[in-house]
Order: sequence, then C-alpha cells, then structure tokens
Amino acid sequence: MRLRIKFRKYGPVRYIGHLDLMRFFQKAIRRAQIDVAYSGGFSPHQIMAFAAPLGVGLASNGEYMDIEVNSMECITNPMGCINSFIECNSEPACSGESTYSLTCQDIMERLNRASVPGIEITSVKILPDTAGNAMASVTAAAYTVSFREGREPKTNIGAILPDFLAQEQIMITKETKKGVREIDLKQGIYQLYLKEDGCIYMLVDASSGGNIKPIQVMEALLAFHGRSAFHGRSAFHGRSAFQGRSAFQEELLQENALLITREDVYTNIGSAEEPAFVSLDEVGMEEAAAAQN
Amino acid sequence: MDLQDKKTPGLLCGLQNNSDKKERKLALSDNILLSIEKPARYIGGEVNAVMKNPDQVEVRFAMCFPDVYEIGMSHLGIQILYDMFNSMEDVWCERVYSPWVDLDAVMREQKIPLFALESQEPVKNFDFLGITIQYEMCYTNILQVLDLSQIPLNAAERGENCPIVIGGGPCVYNPEPLADFFDIFYIGEGETQYRNLLNLYKECKTQKAGRKEFLRRAAKLPGMYVPQFYDVAYKADGTIERFFSVEDGLPAKICKEIAMDIAEEEAFYPVKPVVPFIKVTQDRAVLEIQRGCIRGCRFCQAGQIYRPVRERSVEVLKKYAMELLQNTGYEEISLSSLSSSDYSRLPELLDFLIEECGRQHVNISLPSLRIDAFSLDVMGKVQDVKKSSLTFAPEAGSQRLRNVINKGLTEEAILKGAALAFEGGWTRVKLYFMLGLPTETPEDIRGIAELSNKIASTYFDTVPKEKRGGSRCQIVASTSFFVPKPFTPFQWARQCTKEEFLDKAYQTRVAVSEQLNQKSIKYNWHEADASVLEGVLARGDRRLGQVIRRVYEKGGIYDAWGEYYSNDRWLETIEECGLSVDFYAHRERPLDEILPWDFIDCGVTKEFLMRERQKALDGEVSENCRQKCQGCGAARFGGGVCVESREV
Repeated sequence: MRLRIKFRKYGPVRYIGHLDLMRFFQKAIRRAQIDVAYSGGFSPHQIMAFAAPLGVGLASNGEYMDIEVNSMECITNPMGCINSFIECNSEPACSGESTYSLTCQDIMERLNRASVPGIEITSVKILPDTAGNAMASVTAAAYTVSFREGREPKTNIGAILPDFLAQEQIMITKETKKGVREIDLKQGIYQLYLKEDGCIYMLVDASSGGNIKPIQVMEALLAFHGRSAFHGRSAFHGRSAFQGRSAFQEELLQENALLITREDVYTNIGSAEEPAFVSLDEVGMEEAAAAQN
Repeated sequence: MDLQDKKTPGLLCGLQNNSDKKERKLALSDNILLSIEKPARYIGGEVNAVMKNPDQVEVRFAMCFPDVYEIGMSHLGIQILYDMFNSMEDVWCERVYSPWVDLDAVMREQKIPLFALESQEPVKNFDFLGITIQYEMCYTNILQVLDLSQIPLNAAERGENCPIVIGGGPCVYNPEPLADFFDIFYIGEGETQYRNLLNLYKECKTQKAGRKEFLRRAAKLPGMYVPQFYDVAYKADGTIERFFSVEDGLPAKICKEIAMDIAEEEAFYPVKPVVPFIKVTQDRAVLEIQRGCIRGCRFCQAGQIYRPVRERSVEVLKKYAMELLQNTGYEEISLSSLSSSDYSRLPELLDFLIEECGRQHVNISLPSLRIDAFSLDVMGKVQDVKKSSLTFAPEAGSQRLRNVINKGLTEEAILKGAALAFEGGWTRVKLYFMLGLPTETPEDIRGIAELSNKIASTYFDTVPKEKRGGSRCQIVASTSFFVPKPFTPFQWARQCTKEEFLDKAYQTRVAVSEQLNQKSIKYNWHEADASVLEGVLARGDRRLGQVIRRVYEKGGIYDAWGEYYSNDRWLETIEECGLSVDFYAHRERPLDEILPWDFIDCGVTKEFLMRERQKALDGEVSENCRQKCQGCGAARFGGGVCVESREV
C-alpha cells in the first residue's frame, strides 16, 4: 500500500537540500515507527518517492512524498515503549499489545512529533493502486513570489503584466550542459497575476519536459519591461539603437532578490489540450474511501 | 499555521521550552546563506537539538569542536557532554563548530561574531566556551574560533565579560603549547567535575568575586589546570629547569579525572543524540562499549591515558542501542572503543544486535575486530563479503619490531586469519603499518613487503584456481609515520626527519615491487611534512604558543586539511620565534629531562613508562592487563580491569 504525504517546509530548514530532506524523512519515518517497506539486498532502503525537488532557500506549502508501507501497524521494540517522540499513555501500543493499527491521522501526528520545526506534515492519504508515482504525476506547480527588502525592482510589475502576457511568445535563453538554448515560456505559464498583498502568483508547467522556474518568469518579466520601454521611446524619438539601449537597459534581477514559496503541486486529470489540474493530495483517499475501493 | 504545535504540546523535537514558538532567527542573512557551501551547517534546529529559554537558565555553555561541522558532529565526546549539561536544569549547552573557509571570509569582512547553533546568539555572550582538542593540527582553528567570536586570543587579555575558555580532550595531556589561549584545561573525562566547576562559577558570580578569583578557586578543583597560575624556567640548552606555581596553595601536580562508574545504569549516555540534516563523517548511531584498552601498545597514547579499561554492562548497552535507534531513526549503528575484540561480552552483544538490527533494517558497522573464526562469522552476517575488506593492523613489518612496540599480533595469527577469510570468500585485505618506529632497521621495513606478499601467497594456496573467478586478491598496505606522544613509553624517542621518513617510504615501495605477488599489492603512504609538525606540537612547550599565534595571524587555519596546510609557513615561523624543529622532534630526550607535561598525572606512572621503554629496547613484550598486571599505576582508581578476576 502506498501513502501520499503532503508537507510544508519553511523557516531555517529551507536551507536543507533535497537529498538531505530525503535522509531526514527516512529517519523521521523510523522514529515514528511506521511499517515502511524496504527494498532487498545488503543495503536495503525505504521505498519512497518525492514529487519535485525544491531548490535550497525556497519555502513550500505543498511538498509531496509517496511511501510504500507493509501495513498500517506501528513497529514495536523489544524494550517496550521507549520512544521519546510518541506520547506513550495516549496509545494502546504501550499498554502491552504487540501491534497497534494506525489511521492516516495517527501517521500524520506521529510524523509531526518525529519532525523538526519547519517541516510540517499536513496530510496523509492512501493512494489508489492505479495512481502514478508522485514524481511522474507532476504537471504544474503554483508559486508566490515577493522581493526581499531592499531588492525590489524599479519596474511596476502590475502595470506591465497585461502586455507581458499578451505577447505571442515569451522567449528566454537557458544555459544547459549542451550550451545555450532559446525556450518559449508562454505555453507553460498557466496563470500569472499580482495578488492584493503585492505578491506575484504563478501557476506554471512543472513536468519533467517543460519545468519552469519562478526565477525564469521573473527575469523575463523585468527584461520585457526594459525592451518595451526602449521600443516605445526609440520609435518616437528616432534615437540610435545604441543610445537607446544604454538609456533604457533591461532591468536585471538583483542577486537573491526573490522570496519564493511553492504553494502546491498539481497533476493533470484532463487532457493535454484541456488541462484540469488537481492538487497531488486529491489523488489520495481517506481510509474509508480506500476500504471501499 | 501553528496547527502542529497545538496538537503536540511540548513534544516538538527536543524543544524543551515550549513557550517560545517564534521561528528561530538565524545569525546569518539569507544572502550569506545562499552564497556559501552547505548552509545547513550553520542553521542548527536538528532533531534532538536542545532548546531552552535563556531566561530560565543560569549558565550558558558553548561547546566547540574546532573543525568543520561534519567532523565535529561525528564526535561522541561532545554528544556525551551536551547530554550531560542539558540534563542540568540551570545550564543550556549549545554547539559551535569552525565556520568553513568560505563563511570565515564573510564573517571577517562583515564583522559577524561567531554564534552557537541552537540560539544563534554570539558565543562572546556565553559564560563558558568549552573546546575539545582532539588532534594537534586543529590548534590554529582554536584561534580562529576565539577570533571570530571576538574573544581576545590570549587568556591574559580577556576582560570580566569574556566567556571562560576551557579546553579538554586527549591533547590536553600536554596542554603547554596552548597554555596562552586557555583559562582552564580540564584534564581527563568530563563526566566527573563539571558540576562542581559550574557550582563554583555560580557561587563566584553571586559573590561578584571576579574572573581571576574564580580561576584561582577553580585551580584547586581536581583535574583543573589553570595555566596562568604556573610558570616555567628554562635552562640555557632550552630544556625545562623547573615548572612552578606562581601562587601558594595550588596543586603541584594535576591528576586526570576519570569516570569509574560508566558501567552503571546512571552513567550519562547520549541516547538522544543530535541528528544532523547533512551527511556527516560518522553518520550513524554510536554505542561506546568500553573505555580504555588492555593492550599497552607502546606507541599508543590512548592506550595509556584512558586506563584502566572499564566495560559497560551488556544489558545496559542493549537498552542504549534500542533507545538510540528509536530516538534518532538512524539506519546504521556502530560500536566504539579501543580494541573492541577485548570487550568480554562482545559475542552476546553482537548476537543481540544482529537479530534486532536485522528485524529493524539497521546496518551494523563493525569496529576493527581481531580476525578470527568468530569475527569472520559476524562479518559474514552483517556485510557483503564480496564488497567488504578485512583489516589487519600489524603496525610493524617484523616480529622483532612488533615485540618492541608490544603489538601482540603474530605473523602466524595474521596468516591464519587471512586463510580463514579467503576460504570465506573475502579477497580484499587492508594492512596498516607505521614507519619510523624506534629501533627500526631496513629489514623491518622489508618485512612490510614480505608480510604483504605472504598474505597474497596464502590466497593462492587457499583458494583453488577454479574458484578465483579470474581475479586475484587485493592487498592494500598503508604506512603512516610514527609520531612520539606524551605519556607513552616512547615519549623520550627521537622522531625521524621528513627526509628519513620519505626514504623509508621509498624503501617500502621498492621492497613491495620486488615481491613475487607484487601485482596483488598496492602500497600507500602518508605525507611526511605534517607528521613532523604534529610531533613538534604534541611534545612542545609553552614557547610554541607564539608560533601557533603567528601562524594563525599569517592566515593559517584548517591545518588538518591537506589543501590548507602550509608546511613552509610553520617552519618559517618556528625559526622567526627562535625555536627549532630539531629541539622538539628530532632529539632523543634524556630520561632525567623535565618534560613539559610532567606536571600532569595521567594515571600511569613515569616509572612504568620507563620500564616499558627499557623492555621495548630489549625487544621484550608485556602481557596485557587481563593476563598479568604490569603495575602501571592505574589500579589506584580502584575499578575496571584492575579489580576483575584474572584468567589463570
């Protein structure tokens, strides 16, 4: 049986990289005494899959991890209950019964007790057998983006957004191992708007083939403003391209200027032409639904 | 947002004080954290890290391992003391490690004071800065930590508000090269006297007695050495004329502290150690099964200073193991001790661990065990035979030299063990030797190559051709260079020069290439530069303090990391200070010379070390502690192996 676990990552733990986060969860699952399944061999590892790696420094309200469990029972220890993470008297496991069946809610609570501030499990659901694994399912991700104090751009983003989105193409250059490549962001930006609190919200392609990073969108946005201003002015005044460019240079994003929070990760239950995005945890089921299934 | 907190009051991973729910504010800005390597080294907040309310404690203790996080977090001693201090209600102990060179540069440029990981508050505001001193090559890192903390480097320059800087660990058995930089050295095991020291500190604080008075009273506590109350007079030839206290009423000799009750259930053991987010060197649960060693190898300092051997009870260890795994979630556990094969209940402990760890999907990382039928059986159960290798540490190539160093391992035992292992399917063997041991001859060096060759021959004799699968065995012989250490029978010995060392490595290499099975043997040797400098610092005196300080001021840090070590900088500075490497390292010291560390009583007597030295020169071995008491002096502690009934 597979469980889909949704969690948040915020505060200082944003500086923990993806591989270390995986190692963290391997240990947390053991501390929570969950009957996780292992691969075979001399160095068995937990069967676990993450939806989409989150860059170092980014916060998230919607991260996903699938784990395979042998059962919903808790693992016991020959020494009795010695788990300093679990509240002993609240669970029958400690009153001498050898095994104890856990609900999704129990598993969530146990994981939270075995966790650290800033890594917070918000839902645990049972995956239907037919569901694809977390990573393969990902098609889109939502982000909110704001600027660090003192690193705000001069560009009025709200004012230029309609024109930016009205473009037929949004070309950016991307450096890859094979060299520099031009890509079009336009098809992959599903939503982009300024929220009332001044943050920018975006829903973008997060599939393995077309993943868009928030910073790419922000860079394109600032660059667009520079170009449109330049084209406008030069058309009226007939200045040479050289002078125009020096006067209206594209605004560059300042280093580490963005505060990015991933809000959620989505899978597409519609078609490629008419996508219908649902949050990854909506694919999972509560116990009752799983039992009927 | 606080959903989790509401559901689990008081249970948030080591957060002992639950009143403070605000997100911890980091000492470093996002901009810095995003621009350095592995920012997770500096954020704290790991599982089992202890948070307390600063308003509810009386003593703030910063515990430092002066090397990078991944090294420091792998050290068991700090975890023991961290657990001990934090079990005291009035104390909050936090961790500090050396910032890596990238952050070091940023902190200097932006004048950011070094901070402790838990509270992220500057170390300079703490009551104590404890520094564990595990190896000589970290001495410049100690100055880095003081300097970045904005604490004056020399103890004499520190004001009333500076933390008390206290050093501990094996290197304080000769603390003299570091005497200028520490307020107190704690000689011996930390479990015994810290409570008394902290009580004294609180008492002095209430009485407004002042820093100097606190140190004066501290100097009278067992195991405490306060260097500013002692001075040294030198003879014209540079050797010590006398070592004396500058005030009355201070002990002339400082006896090490030792925890004699570690077998008891009440002994401190960190069963809830801090679990790092990032991969560290020792990334597993560690179970200390015993302290000390019965063997008495004559080059080994640990084998002398941790006497007598004290075993932990096997029942308590089983319980600790289960608790450790449960509290950390580690998928690997290792046993820690000197000469683990000598732990008397090892079979019982390993049987239990193999069974339980197998059930819980935990790997067992075995310590280096004496290779025999028992250990091979155990290894076969917990390791992939095809991938793992066997380790022998004969330390010397010939039986004669092994007798000199009192290394009990015989050629017969090695070859027998190797044959058993080859039959069991192992094909890889690692061998550890030392070059430059006292009385070493070219024949002893050849012995390294010959022993390696005999092991390879054993493989071909043991494993028939059709079972070899087209491959041969791999013997990896490694040599390190011998560094004489204080409180060993070789503490008076002359250390080889760099040129002599390299010549010996060359001789070994040539000898290996002349062996019949040379294709099966790979030979590795260490750098010689740092070994000589380690020797200088290990047996140095107070005058080396100025050298360490100047090397640091010239930019020397992370000397233990080959890429940052500058031998020339050290040599040039030693010369500038009017000192010489020859004097400290390459000179046979007469038995009647006053050694810089003579004022410390490490438990074994100087007479015993002299007897052992003479036996070494005569090529005579000494029985181990379980076979026959050698009268080393540690029996006065009244416990451990000294009171066990002996085998007949």
